[in-house]
Amino acid sequence: MKLDARIPSGPLAQKWSSFKGSMKLVNPANKRKYRIIVVGTGLAGASAAASLAELGYQVDAFCFQDSPRRAHSIAAQGGINAAKNYPNDGDSVWRLFYDTVKGGDFRAREANVHRLAEVSTAIIDQCVAQGVPFAREYGGLLDNRSFGGAQVSRTFYARGQTGQQLLLGAYSALERQVGLGKVKMHARTEMLDVVVDNGRAVGIVVRDLTTGVISTHAGDAVVLGTGGYSNVFFLSTNAKGCNVTATWRAHKRGAGFANPCYTQIHPTCIPASGDHQSKLTLMSESLRNDGRVWVPQTKGDVRRPDQIPEAERDYYLERRYPSFGNLAPRDISSRAAKLVCDSGLGVGPGGRGVYLDLADAIKRLGHKTIEERYGNLLAMYGKITDENSYEVPMRIYPAPHYTMGGLWVDYSLMSTVPGLFVIGEANFSDHGANRLGASALMQGLADGYFVLPPTLSDWLAQAGPSSASTGTAAFTTTVQQVNEHTNKMLAVKGHRSPELLHRELGNIMWNKCGMGRTAAGLQEAMREIKDLRGRFWQELRVTGDGACMNTQLEHAGRLADFLEFAELMCRDALEREESCGGHFREEYQTEEGEAQRNDKDFCHAAVWEHRGANQPALRHREELTFDNVHLATRSYK
Amino acid sequence: MIRLGDGLRSSIGTKFLMAVSGVLLLGFVVAHMLGNLQLFLGHEALDSYAQKIQDMGALLWVARAGLFTLLVLHVGSALKLTRQNRAARPIPYGVHKPFQSSYASRTMVMSGVIVLAFVLYHLLHFTFGAVDAESYALAHAGAGLQVHAMVVHAFQQPIVALSYMLAMALLSLHIAHGVGSLFQTLGLNTQRTRCAATRLGKGVGAVVFLGNVSMPLAVLAGWVGGN
Amino acid sequence: MKLTLKVWRQKNATAAGRFESYEANDVSPDMSLLELLDVVNEQLVNKGEEPVAFDHDCREGICGACSMVINGHAHGSDRGTTTCQVHMRRFTNGDTVVLEPWRAKPFPLVRDLMVDRSSFDRIIASGGFVSVNTGGAPDANALPIGKVDADHAFDAAACIGCGACVAACKNASAMLFVAAKVGHLASLPQGQPERDARAVNMIMTMDREGFGACTNTYDCEAACPKEISVDFIGALNRDYRKALSSTR
Repeated sequence: MKLDARIPSGPLAQKWSSFKGSMKLVNPANKRKYRIIVVGTGLAGASAAASLAELGYQVDAFCFQDSPRRAHSIAAQGGINAAKNYPNDGDSVWRLFYDTVKGGDFRAREANVHRLAEVSTAIIDQCVAQGVPFAREYGGLLDNRSFGGAQVSRTFYARGQTGQQLLLGAYSALERQVGLGKVKMHARTEMLDVVVDNGRAVGIVVRDLTTGVISTHAGDAVVLGTGGYSNVFFLSTNAKGCNVTATWRAHKRGAGFANPCYTQIHPTCIPASGDHQSKLTLMSESLRNDGRVWVPQTKGDVRRPDQIPEAERDYYLERRYPSFGNLAPRDISSRAAKLVCDSGLGVGPGGRGVYLDLADAIKRLGHKTIEERYGNLLAMYGKITDENSYEVPMRIYPAPHYTMGGLWVDYSLMSTVPGLFVIGEANFSDHGANRLGASALMQGLADGYFVLPPTLSDWLAQAGPSSASTGTAAFTTTVQQVNEHTNKMLAVKGHRSPELLHRELGNIMWNKCGMGRTAAGLQEAMREIKDLRGRFWQELRVTGDGACMNTQLEHAGRLADFLEFAELMCRDALEREESCGGHFREEYQTEEGEAQRNDKDFCHAAVWEHRGANQPALRHREELTFDNVHLATRSYK
Repeated sequence: MIRLGDGLRSSIGTKFLMAVSGVLLLGFVVAHMLGNLQLFLGHEALDSYAQKIQDMGALLWVARAGLFTLLVLHVGSALKLTRQNRAARPIPYGVHKPFQSSYASRTMVMSGVIVLAFVLYHLLHFTFGAVDAESYALAHAGAGLQVHAMVVHAFQQPIVALSYMLAMALLSLHIAHGVGSLFQTLGLNTQRTRCAATRLGKGVGAVVFLGNVSMPLAVLAGWVGGN
Repeated sequence: MKLTLKVWRQKNATAAGRFESYEANDVSPDMSLLELLDVVNEQLVNKGEEPVAFDHDCREGICGACSMVINGHAHGSDRGTTTCQVHMRRFTNGDTVVLEPWRAKPFPLVRDLMVDRSSFDRIIASGGFVSVNTGGAPDANALPIGKVDADHAFDAAACIGCGACVAACKNASAMLFVAAKVGHLASLPQGQPERDARAVNMIMTMDREGFGACTNTYDCEAACPKEISVDFIGALNRDYRKALSSTR
């Protein structure tokens, strides 16, 4: 596997314009002869599909949901960053770039992050032109707020539903192209494999979830915008359907998987209420702008929170990180919460929770202001917990939320398989080892609206059309393999549902590859995953058959991929002998318990090459060079 | 852009027709009621009013034709929309409960059909004399129309009076929702006026009910035409 | 607590359907309705029976996937709630919970409690957008929009496309859905150039898809998990009327 990031030469700030200036173009009349397959219709997929169709390409878009509008980007609450500097507080492209590189603990590619910061401003313009109702000030201009770990106000938002509004904007652009006949939309259709012919991605194999029919689609390029893999933990803030299947199958067809161990555990989620818990719900971290995080100072303090006097509370974020306080970045806040809970100070069922208290803010700003700012979030909290958080502090606990790892891509967002492009959360590129708040929406839309259309055109102009049609051997073999896999799952006829097996996997991953990782724990996890995978193929029970809507079969297929992927994730975590961002190896910490990076040995992206079921994956490195920023220890004290 | 004819054939267009014909029919209902309320002024007032209408000649037929057209439009658009609505849910729910809709709003078809049946009965009764011929005969017994006598005789029969009162209840229910609804349908509502429109509907319904029911009630109770 | 579930079971769009009863024991009041169904499904799989199929994804009330008529009410009887946000503390021991799919011709049944809502996508494709291509948009602050207008647009834009308005309407009308999208874009300057065409085209598509007509019963508003006001329907009617009167 050769890793060539193909980063344009020249000064950092000119790389993207020099790429666009020298890229190859596809003649407008020829564009309609190209068919592009886009899998996933979240922010990245929908914006890419729409933008490519606007350029004139024929696009086939796929999503497993019943409508492209339901992709999980819709659940993003907080906001989207852009270096507009509207509030005049000193923001700039450079600062957004620097914050993102630093926030990612210096494990992202400089050139990509700078490009992200450059296009961030155009995203806001585009979305406003589509009619996205961002929050505004009385004067009619856009409102900004500061968000998770940033010291400038650069976050644009639409109440607590920014992801929804941005996705609906992209979705409407996509549906417009569907109406114009430029995009053919395939909803309730799940991608099960990538077809690679002569080293080029030429199509995909999909299952129509309603009828169970397996079919193939050929294209001149395949774009994956299939999101992250947080559901490897079973309990996460991701939607139930989110899965690793598309990226994992692509990996098995030759796409390098980069940094699978980089996962983001979000600090402010509603704690699990019992064994029945099926998913976790995020409370936007915007609450930390006004909320104070604390635990009782003494173990086993069972008093009601409002009965615990100020002097007996530990506002541990404010204490440990005086300059950022409650706004410390996600990885830091999560780990701090784990630390206090591990030491027995946690509150709520099982001691897995800390208080997020709005009492001071209500005193300072009044009930009404707090309701205006967070009303919908507090209502949601109330629905789930039956508690009134205007009176009782909320309980929160970290939960898996986002995955920075993903398929490796070069500067053009192309994976190690020519013709296979990866965008949004599904790729590894921009967030390094930790993602800052309000950066995921920015990256998804940057990739889809502004980066992929030119880079894909550039590649198509050079590679030309694919000659493969769905009748070729590459397609028929892949379909055969997909069918075999499906039949194998149906044939196990064991006694345990995919749900139960998935919960088991989640437990292993959360305990041993979650917020704190150790070599011994990871090795144990790998053994346990192997064992569980063995049991999966003996104990799995999938009711019904493959020839109709079968939710058990869907879940089993996704779990089978998670079971393979999880092992690689642990291995990546094991071999990365340092702590950085969301990856915290307990062996590597400072005396104060902060992450200790090892820039000498690990200032690289680890890229895994699949070598078949019987051989362990091979670890490659893309060295990360930092010519423009100084590798510093990340401090939020 | 769209052609007006096509635009009026859509569901909203059809509802425009229904709303406009409905409000004009309501105008007739109110005028009809005000005329009839002369019952309380004694037989001369009512009889001469009836005679005046009778003497309108050709104009009367124009009015009748207009009313008939409105009725056809109103009932026709109702038929069309009802068929569309029925077709939109071919399989009914096992359990389906309203959230906040009013009884009147859910029963427009039922109240409409009964009111239509009543209108036919009412015409057969007082215009053509095909039913209750005895009362009808009273109106045409002498020189000039004797409508007062006819009405009194008719409503002295409890079954007739009660059926008129029941029909008026349904008509009022129909009007209550219809009036409240027509501002919404014609796009005249704003956030502020919607509740007012709903209240207005109920008010107009109540006025129509009280006004029309007062007549059979008064006769039945012996307050009018009694000895 | 203990609950009885009466669930609509139907293998596919053409098969015959019926209600089946299932007992659920040890129901925790903190469970969501979907988690209760997870438990029931686990029991069914254990017995070798096929579990109840239902749409769900984010389970936090925003994706719009979940869609059940619960004891006669779309998304349950509480206001501003999706099916996934119905918690079992709303029921008492021994209750029977009847679960049915959305029922409307334009929402053909897929399986059990799952329906096909692609008719909504087709309505959006017929006009629920601003025709701007990527790139070339003016600066976002070039066009100030008053906070009141922006907030008003947002109130409509909050629609999650779940279809509860259709499910709750006695006529299976999609007016609130269409009104929300038309109202969102009509409240903003960006939506003005296509305002007339949008209202007309979306209404025409709505009719063609086979939705019923609005009879202003307003049950949709109460069923809407985002509490979108029927005032937007009034505004849609107004826009449609103006579009017709401007025809040449």
